[in-house]
Amino acid sequence: MKKPVIEFDQFTFQYRAQSEPTLRDINLTIHEGEKVLIVGPSGSGKSTLAHCINGLAPHFYPGEHSGVLKIMGADSKGMGIAELSDFIGTVMQDPDGQFVGLTVAEDIAFKLENDGVPHAEMIRRVQEAAAEVEFSDFLDASPQELSGGQKQKTTLAGGLVGGAPILLFDEPLASLDPHAGRATVELIDRLHRESGRTIMIVEHRLEEVLHCPVDRIIVIEEGRIVADLPPDELLCSGLLREKGIREPLHLSAMRYAGCAVTPEIGPRSVESVDLEGCTEQLIRWHEANLASPKSDVKQPLLELEGITFGYDPAKPVLQDVSLSVGRGEILCIAGRNGAGKSTISRLICGFHKPSSGSIRLNGRDLSRDTIRERADVIGFVMQNPNHMLSKPLLYDEVALGLVNRGVPEAEIRDRVNETLRVCGLYPFRSWPVSALSYGQKKRATIASILVLRPEILILDEPTAGQDFRHYNEMMKFLMELNSQGMTLILITHDMHLMLEYGQRTVVLAEGRKLADDTPARILGNAQVVEEAHLHETSLHILARRIGVQPEDEFVSRFIRSDRRMMN
Amino acid sequence: MPPKLLSYSDVGSPVHRLNGVTKLIAFLLFSIAGMVSYDTRCLLVMLVISLSVFYISKVPFKQYSFVLYLILIFSALNQLAIFLFSPEQGVQIYGTRHELLHIAGRYSLTSEQLFYQFNVLLKFAVVVPPALLFLLATEPSEFASSLNRVGVSYKVAYAISLTMRYIPDVQQEYVNISTAAQARGIDLSKKEKLGRRVKNMAAILLPLVLATLERIEKVSAALELRGFGRKRKRTWYRSRPLTKRDTLVIAGAVLISAAVLVITFWDGSRFYNPFV
Amino acid sequence: MQSSKGFSVKTVVAIGIGAALFVVLARFGSIPTGIPNTNLQTNYAILALFALLYGPWAGLLIGLIGHTVADLISFGPWFSWIIASGVFGLLAGLFSRGIRIHDGEFGGKEILRFNIAQIIANAAAWFIVAPVLDILIYAEPANKVFTQGLAAGAMNMVTVAILGTLIAIAYSKTRTKRGSLTREA
Repeated sequence: MKKPVIEFDQFTFQYRAQSEPTLRDINLTIHEGEKVLIVGPSGSGKSTLAHCINGLAPHFYPGEHSGVLKIMGADSKGMGIAELSDFIGTVMQDPDGQFVGLTVAEDIAFKLENDGVPHAEMIRRVQEAAAEVEFSDFLDASPQELSGGQKQKTTLAGGLVGGAPILLFDEPLASLDPHAGRATVELIDRLHRESGRTIMIVEHRLEEVLHCPVDRIIVIEEGRIVADLPPDELLCSGLLREKGIREPLHLSAMRYAGCAVTPEIGPRSVESVDLEGCTEQLIRWHEANLASPKSDVKQPLLELEGITFGYDPAKPVLQDVSLSVGRGEILCIAGRNGAGKSTISRLICGFHKPSSGSIRLNGRDLSRDTIRERADVIGFVMQNPNHMLSKPLLYDEVALGLVNRGVPEAEIRDRVNETLRVCGLYPFRSWPVSALSYGQKKRATIASILVLRPEILILDEPTAGQDFRHYNEMMKFLMELNSQGMTLILITHDMHLMLEYGQRTVVLAEGRKLADDTPARILGNAQVVEEAHLHETSLHILARRIGVQPEDEFVSRFIRSDRRMMN
Repeated sequence: MPPKLLSYSDVGSPVHRLNGVTKLIAFLLFSIAGMVSYDTRCLLVMLVISLSVFYISKVPFKQYSFVLYLILIFSALNQLAIFLFSPEQGVQIYGTRHELLHIAGRYSLTSEQLFYQFNVLLKFAVVVPPALLFLLATEPSEFASSLNRVGVSYKVAYAISLTMRYIPDVQQEYVNISTAAQARGIDLSKKEKLGRRVKNMAAILLPLVLATLERIEKVSAALELRGFGRKRKRTWYRSRPLTKRDTLVIAGAVLISAAVLVITFWDGSRFYNPFV
Repeated sequence: MQSSKGFSVKTVVAIGIGAALFVVLARFGSIPTGIPNTNLQTNYAILALFALLYGPWAGLLIGLIGHTVADLISFGPWFSWIIASGVFGLLAGLFSRGIRIHDGEFGGKEILRFNIAQIIANAAAWFIVAPVLDILIYAEPANKVFTQGLAAGAMNMVTVAILGTLIAIAYSKTRTKRGSLTREA
């Protein structure tokens, strides 16, 4: 048996501001060199578990504990965050909050600087750590020049540089695109294999993490450990669905087809799962499901034609982009960072004027309309609700746009209350916005736009950072709006979202339109997937392995059955 | 896109190669000497030195043209204000009155006033090139370690480094928030009445402040997790040993400032008076 | 917030990022009043708020660092007013000490104290420190610098009284405990 490095013994933790413990009776031992994944819905206590290990709880987030937590054999009670950081390197979710240096090299060096390591040794160790994550060419880059994935690599090197034997990842995938997320999972795996460090990953995006092997998965719910199993066993236990964690899609497909999913066939990875016993069943299931009906052609509502735009005319951000959105349609816009996704929405809203091309709504040219006039017909919802909430009270927040437009008070009251009812926020109307949950805040921002009665809503990453339950709640709400006739444009790189809810996806690459097709076909196109920083879904791989053609047809049929099963 | 802040770029001049500590000390000494002295001869010499160092540094003009433009406007307005408020300030200081031209009422142009206002301009002009140079030809990373080396506590020095690190991020956040606000009809331009404009500004400031407080929490946690503040001293990745050239420049700056102070106060007054 | 080893980590970060916010608002966040060259400087409302939240030393340093950087990237350093900004932050923090805004406490009494603090701090900084230093350093005419100081101080008093108070109230409301709220039908 290998030496234990982290030991929880009857450990209970309660934040000072909470009336109930967040973690209860935790018994958990992690051994040297293990790679462990911790999953659980938001609010389950999985992040608190991570904070107890790296010392943020109770030193940064005050609270009380009972029971014992030993790190490297010593009681953590006597250790501060700084001492613990000698054993544990932490990588958190927000890439900008953690990147505190002015350049990559300084950020990696940060822990060494604080430990007072001499200059020559520091330079050497920074170079070694950068080489370990294959980032040596970027030592002088500033954070403003880097993508989220590159910032995270820097933070990871900054965790390695102190020589900590344990690496702790707290939702490392939350703010990355699928391509960068996969690269992170592979990098963590390589570090684990090459250096033998102990790895703990806290994450609710199970399928992405399981792209590479892990030794154990620990499931946390309401502050307790409810499962501690090897991945193949956990995936077969049916526990994940019960606990509101999304299982890998290929597994759902196999279940729908009636395959016997057992640990023996190795269901963790779609590439290596043994399909011998279930290929036939999968093909039969595919054939039994009806072909997807052709979606009817919709009357165009918003049309962009030949749009070219650049802050610097020599370097256009968008080049000759044309696209149209039908009335009542759900269109996804995808593309890697800097491909021009957010610029398109800014142009539609009128923050910038295109240098050539036209934008029409209902056939009418919008070029003479001001930002405010466009806002009456086109609503824009930002990714971070905190950036949009500008009034202390919910009612005032939703009323703000109308008050600014000089609408009579009685009408404001009616429209605000009606909108709050539609958004399920009516019972909270006199609450301070800050008392709402993240999902409710997001809905509040949508309400504050809906109250203006736009014809189109543009939403930037509507489900980013939310767990499966909240993701479903948000999308169900948006689907309801859509069924009432609202046209939706979703800017996203969430592939599940695209597959499940998008009727069409437009992919931008380097300012040009690269593809415009159904999401299932887009995600099956290797070149487009690569350009847009997405990756192939496990469903496409499954279809290929069982020899179903075309693969996207299999994917579409799966999505339709899945939707039926969920509702 | 908002105009970019002044930014460091390495053009490899001798000034760029100097240690950050050297540039900081030179900048501080020049600033102090420039503030204290009103001796025209000293100020002129200092200005010549400042400008030649600026010339040597090869900082491209377009990097500071915008700033220069602001400086000119600011100085012009300030000069005008001085004259409007106190047309006889120069006469008071220098004790003589040589009227050149009567304008109207109590306003007339005197040689003393012209000379005095020329000195005010000179004092400001002496400080600007070293300040710009410190900003444009010093890697921002070197600010903090340099300040720490000249005796500022490392925590305060690091706070300045954080300021430089997060200005672009906070600026982006401000732009995002105000964009979203404008889309909802929150107008900050002169089209709105003043009272409404202030209210609208509050609607942008509140989310910005809350987002900033949240950022402070996150960054503090990240600093704690990597052991910031655990020791009484810390080392700096971007610190360099002082070279011979640095020592020479520091010695030169000390000598010049000392000379300036001595010459200025030699006759017991900080003003150089050509009128007596 | 000051421990035996100097500033706490959070205070250091609040100084750094608070100064960044001060700089950004100095550049983008001024409200034209309609009188030429006279703007409401929203960054002083933020400085007063940060001094209230993080204490007088944080106020002093945010004022000094923020104003220096803001000056360096606009028209060069004007030292007398840089020091006055620091003094404003220091005094605003000093006189509003003891207001427990973190616990959601910011009612009538606290609003009054906060505003008395900011008025004293503004008066000291712009009616005394800035003009006196202008005279000492730049030998500028007394009537000019006192007029400028009076105008700037009065404007800042108004800005902080309106925006500072509004935002402080809004912030204190974000600190309300969840248990105090019930849903309405």
